[in-house]
Amino acid sequence: MTAEALGRSSGERRGRRLTIGAALVALFAASAVLAPWVAPYDPTAVPAALSDTMLRPPGPAHPFGTDALARDLFSRVLHGGRVSLALGLGVEAVAATLGVAVGLLAGYHGGWRDSLLMRATDVVMAFPSLILAIGLIAVFERPGLDKVALVLVALGWTTIARVVRGEILSLKERDYVQAARALGVGHGTILIRHLLPNAVGPIIVAATIGVGSNMIAEAGLSFLGLGAQAPTISWGSMLAEGQTFLTSAPWVAFFPGAALLLAVLGMNVLGDALRDFLDPRWRD
Amino acid sequence: MLADLLEPAAKRVLALLPVLLGVSLLVFALTAVGLGDPARAMLGQRADPELVQQIRRDYALDRPVHVRYATWMSRLVRGDLGTSYHQQRPVAEIIAERLPATARLALAATVVAVVGGLAAGVAAALRPGRLLDQVLMSAAVLGISTPVFWLGMMLSLLFAVWLGWLPVSGYGDGDWANLVLPALTLGAIHTGTIARMARSNLLEVIRQEYIQTARAKGLAEWLVISKHALRNALIPVVTVIGIGIADLLVGAPLTETVFAWPGLGRMLVAAVGQRDLPVVMGAVLVFAVIYVLANLLVDLAYLLIDPRIRRDR
Repeated sequence: MTAEALGRSSGERRGRRLTIGAALVALFAASAVLAPWVAPYDPTAVPAALSDTMLRPPGPAHPFGTDALARDLFSRVLHGGRVSLALGLGVEAVAATLGVAVGLLAGYHGGWRDSLLMRATDVVMAFPSLILAIGLIAVFERPGLDKVALVLVALGWTTIARVVRGEILSLKERDYVQAARALGVGHGTILIRHLLPNAVGPIIVAATIGVGSNMIAEAGLSFLGLGAQAPTISWGSMLAEGQTFLTSAPWVAFFPGAALLLAVLGMNVLGDALRDFLDPRWRD
Repeated sequence: MLADLLEPAAKRVLALLPVLLGVSLLVFALTAVGLGDPARAMLGQRADPELVQQIRRDYALDRPVHVRYATWMSRLVRGDLGTSYHQQRPVAEIIAERLPATARLALAATVVAVVGGLAAGVAAALRPGRLLDQVLMSAAVLGISTPVFWLGMMLSLLFAVWLGWLPVSGYGDGDWANLVLPALTLGAIHTGTIARMARSNLLEVIRQEYIQTARAKGLAEWLVISKHALRNALIPVVTVIGIGIADLLVGAPLTETVFAWPGLGRMLVAAVGQRDLPVVMGAVLVFAVIYVLANLLVDLAYLLIDPRIRRDR
């Protein structure tokens, strides 16, 4: 295969990956936002005649079947996506802002501030993330989504802080930055106007993948009973219910997990594709 | 040769000390916050006065915070992780009982991931852009994106419930059959990461001049790959194996919960439910230390494999 042919085919693949990733994310976002209007049933309503309609397999009336309380799983999966999306995005917005601030401060000033902030980053990163998250949640009296959000923010800033610091370290010695400094431009302006815009690409990539990780972490914690509590609908807690009925009603576990997989897959594929477009060093 | 290795190796070990100190401070801080109100740390409402006394004594709650840290730390270095509220016996003892099951599962998952990941990565890199490459790399992304606990349930449904080939869950006195599904589940993410890394490294190396030279000499393609390319391509993969250890440890509580595997992860989750803080913090600490040490080992292995790194730092 010639180099040109290889280049063309991987270029096409990049484009296709971007489309697939963006389409999955768009589908996920749209179904989450529109859930209250699209969902055919009330996701929390428990019918009076429970035994007739509980644990029904997928069929025309209930495309994903029903759970042990006869609730429509399709409606619950749609509503569960709202929690997943809101938490994934919300946590990432705060964590990324924090990470950018830490990275800018450490990379720009250097010296003891850099050492201190980077050692703090090392310490947080010295824990396997979900393990530390479980430890942090144990400190609270009772679990809940708010604690999950807090904990994920506390753990989620490190990657972006490192990425930003690395970019700033290499950028701040450039001529244009030196020139701005020589002209008497303030530190704040140099950071925000001259340095930050150059680091936007890697930040977007890391944040996109971060949203997916947050969603997986939330589902994992909720699955373990340390996250969302009833009546809040989370894919993770739906999976925990599903495990109880795995042999008799496998659809209860299948659909929320498949939804989570597709949503996270979308985020990862989109993040990968964005990296190819934004950062030529990563092209193969 | 050995002297060359000693200095950078010592540097890496020394660099760990501040990190380990930070880890101990963080875990201590969490314990201190969690214990802030001993009654609250108790199992809900029933604050057993004896237990309150035990906590006061064990954690010297009436002393200043630096004294408490020193007390806690001096016990820690002697291997004393405190006493479980729930089981009323040393946390270290409980952890020591659970560790082998987790280690066994993590090792098996690593073997799955390294063998599967390397095979898939090399196979994909041989014909980049072709169907096999695309299928394998799509599978790798899928593996990385799959929630481990859901994957575990689906594998268990397929191979245990429907096909009946393997046990649904449990440790089963250490039977190999019981290990297969948990190891596949836990190894899945890691397999995808290694496959992607192995592929991109191999492609990078294949493009270099010495490979072109080897080909120009008329060397058979499999010899070019196996003798010249693979060796250099595999060096960064060692790092990925290190990074993957995080995935393994993160996946442990979830995988162990799905498969009722009597390991450290499931113990941690149970301890949070029982509000058994000494056990929780002991497990968190042990997980972190395993992770840090595993990364050190990977670093040292890297040093040994690639002589170029020794000179750099």
